[in-house]
Amino acid sequence: MKEQETLNVIGKPYPKKDARIKVTGECRFAGDIAVPGMLHGKMLRSPHAHARILNIDTKKAEALKGVRAVITGKDFPGILYGNFAHTRDYLPLAIDRVRYVGEEVAAVAAEDEDTAWEALDLIDVSYEPLPAVFDPEEAMQEGAPLLYDNKPNNISSKSEWEFGDLEKGLKASSLIRQDVFHTQPLKHGMLETHTCIGFWDADGKVTLEACKQSPYVAWRQLAMGLGLPPHKVRVKQTFIGAGNSGGKQEALPMDFAAVMLSSRTGRPVRIVHSMEEVLIMGHMRHAYKIDLKIGVNKDGFIQAMDCYAIADGGAHSSIGQLSIYLMGAWLMMTYKIPNVRYRGCRVFTNKSFCGALRGHCVPQARFAFEGLLDTIADELGMDHFEIRKRNAITPGYEAPNGFKITTCGLREALDKAEEVSGWRQKKGKLPKYRGIGVGASGFISGSNIMGMSACSAMLKVQEDGSVALQSGATDVGQGCDTVLPMIVAEVLGIEPGDVSFALVDSDLTPIDGGTWSSRVTFYAGNAVKIAALDARKQIADVAAEILEAQPEDLVFRKKRIYVKGNPDQGTELDKVIRHCQNRKGMTIMGRGYYNAPCGHLDFAKGYGNFTAAYSFYAQVCEVEVDPETGQVQQ
Amino acid sequence: MVKQTIDLKVNGQAYEVQTQPWRTLAEVLRDQLNLTGTKISCAEGHCGACTVLVNGKAVNSCLMLIAEAQGKEILTIEGLSKGGELHPIQDAFVTHGAVQCGFCTPGIIMGTQAFLLENPDPSEAEIKKALAGHLCRCTGYVQIIEAVKAAADTMKSSRSKRR
Repeated sequence: MKEQETLNVIGKPYPKKDARIKVTGECRFAGDIAVPGMLHGKMLRSPHAHARILNIDTKKAEALKGVRAVITGKDFPGILYGNFAHTRDYLPLAIDRVRYVGEEVAAVAAEDEDTAWEALDLIDVSYEPLPAVFDPEEAMQEGAPLLYDNKPNNISSKSEWEFGDLEKGLKASSLIRQDVFHTQPLKHGMLETHTCIGFWDADGKVTLEACKQSPYVAWRQLAMGLGLPPHKVRVKQTFIGAGNSGGKQEALPMDFAAVMLSSRTGRPVRIVHSMEEVLIMGHMRHAYKIDLKIGVNKDGFIQAMDCYAIADGGAHSSIGQLSIYLMGAWLMMTYKIPNVRYRGCRVFTNKSFCGALRGHCVPQARFAFEGLLDTIADELGMDHFEIRKRNAITPGYEAPNGFKITTCGLREALDKAEEVSGWRQKKGKLPKYRGIGVGASGFISGSNIMGMSACSAMLKVQEDGSVALQSGATDVGQGCDTVLPMIVAEVLGIEPGDVSFALVDSDLTPIDGGTWSSRVTFYAGNAVKIAALDARKQIADVAAEILEAQPEDLVFRKKRIYVKGNPDQGTELDKVIRHCQNRKGMTIMGRGYYNAPCGHLDFAKGYGNFTAAYSFYAQVCEVEVDPETGQVQQ
Repeated sequence: MVKQTIDLKVNGQAYEVQTQPWRTLAEVLRDQLNLTGTKISCAEGHCGACTVLVNGKAVNSCLMLIAEAQGKEILTIEGLSKGGELHPIQDAFVTHGAVQCGFCTPGIIMGTQAFLLENPDPSEAEIKKALAGHLCRCTGYVQIIEAVKAAADTMKSSRSKRR
């Protein structure tokens, strides 16, 4: 029998497991959690784009009634933290220099939020303003103000590669077009602002409760910046009011401030960013200048692509080397391009820093490429869908930069988009100021970041046949709180409602890379499946003794275990579990881990496979422009 | 500043709160009454996450000073379901996949409640217009609109059954 025919759970719709507590308002997000004795923290931010900090006088703030502690960068050990060794340039609070408007320089804990805000005004910071640079191309010039003494020309990171033969490809092209595309920085504006509660206990254990979508990233960074061994730090994830951005991936200055203010006061400290703070601070989407050249032959087949991209990285690296690699990577992930050169440069400027926002660097890359492809199609007199279908990546394709495509339905996606959008009836026939356009892209299911890429899961089967599932995956609204229990339910023959899904707690739940790059269902899903199979094997061994059968002949279905082909020769799942635990002392605990095989990837030189599973899509948009105001309406 | 005494009826229950007059209704609901289902996000009336009903009308509770709520009847998300049963709007949001991260959900549901009280049989265009003041950054608008339609149908048929 084919597997699909035997599936009981997968493929059926289930309501999101946490939906009921979310529609009643019971679901507690980080800002809804109040702890007895809790103080309220606020962050003081730099009003300067670039300045030396000469002195910080906190006396007046400390003397204000209701203020319990004031801290500055000097309260921390001065250890730079970050993701990769060469991108570590964050400090918990600035010590002697600020590099953008909004950078955190001090923090206050007070009995209430109003007092904390008031105390910020009483902190006296002496700044010596420094020349600042805001344009990445100016920042790269000799003599431009430097943000970091060890980063000449303000270069944050670079990727450069050539695959195939660019010269040959351009020679083989009958039409070559080049244009420059600019994109702007932005913020997702997730509704739940960053929020955390920090507690530093008398035993030196630091606990941070926060809306972190990748709690283990924050955990590692928190330990690093505090100069503590990781076992002294515990990060507990709360429900997350949308992820979307790097601020919920990494440890933020607010997280460090909350725990340090707690250590100074012996009380838990909650800090909630205002939306204004979220919008001025870091983790913007990179603004890019993309100089792109594409060559095609007379039939519209792409022969060559040359791209020089400059990313405005702002004041910190975040995961900069990955960001600048990604621009080049996305350009290679949609169409077959045999000859390619990419030169990308991420540059520091005195602005809010940029990082991973949902679809990290995809919109910028596709905006440039799809726009130029349309120009080329128009000059060839070719339909915009046709040129995409001709060049679309196909299953089994291996790109010159090492992408190994397995399955791919891009052509089918283009066919469908053309059909459902009414493209042929509309293209070129719409009224003035109304237009229709198509774009296509590839994406990944989990990225090969050469660091922590794996997922793991543990589950305990309870005496009523239900399962308590722990993984390192977090639900940011995407639904893994339901999908992962569905996988467990399928393997063990129970219902998704019988499987609980735990929030991540670095002291308790298995280690995990985090929630990014559309990886959770694939990576954590496989880990969870393996954990469930592990539990099933343990149960089957015992059930086989009871049923006098072979373990491999047993079927788990509808909360029963029976011999294949003979449903009457069976027993209830919960009975077997109780037999295991009561008679044998066996707690059934399944364990699984998974990493997709991708091999080595060099981000600077660009060669290697970026994911084990690529995905593809096509999208059509019809818009109308108001000629008086310029407003665009979908 | 001296605290004032404010009388409110919230979810059918009478409250007397002592508070500074500059506090917003949203702050008092969350911080003094522990009704944290009402969310604060933008705190300036753009996102709709803090929507509650004041005397039956949808209000951004982050923009209403507590003194303005004196003597008013407030309905929050916590007061919508009765006796453990989900309200038809809540039920429709669950079954139509209209809940993702859930941060906007209480505000949208309260906005929907006020809207359906006024317009029990809305068109899709009317639903879109009514919910224009609510942001869902998971961008699950299609399912939200479907859920509102479904809730309107359920509420209509239960009304006609009662007749």
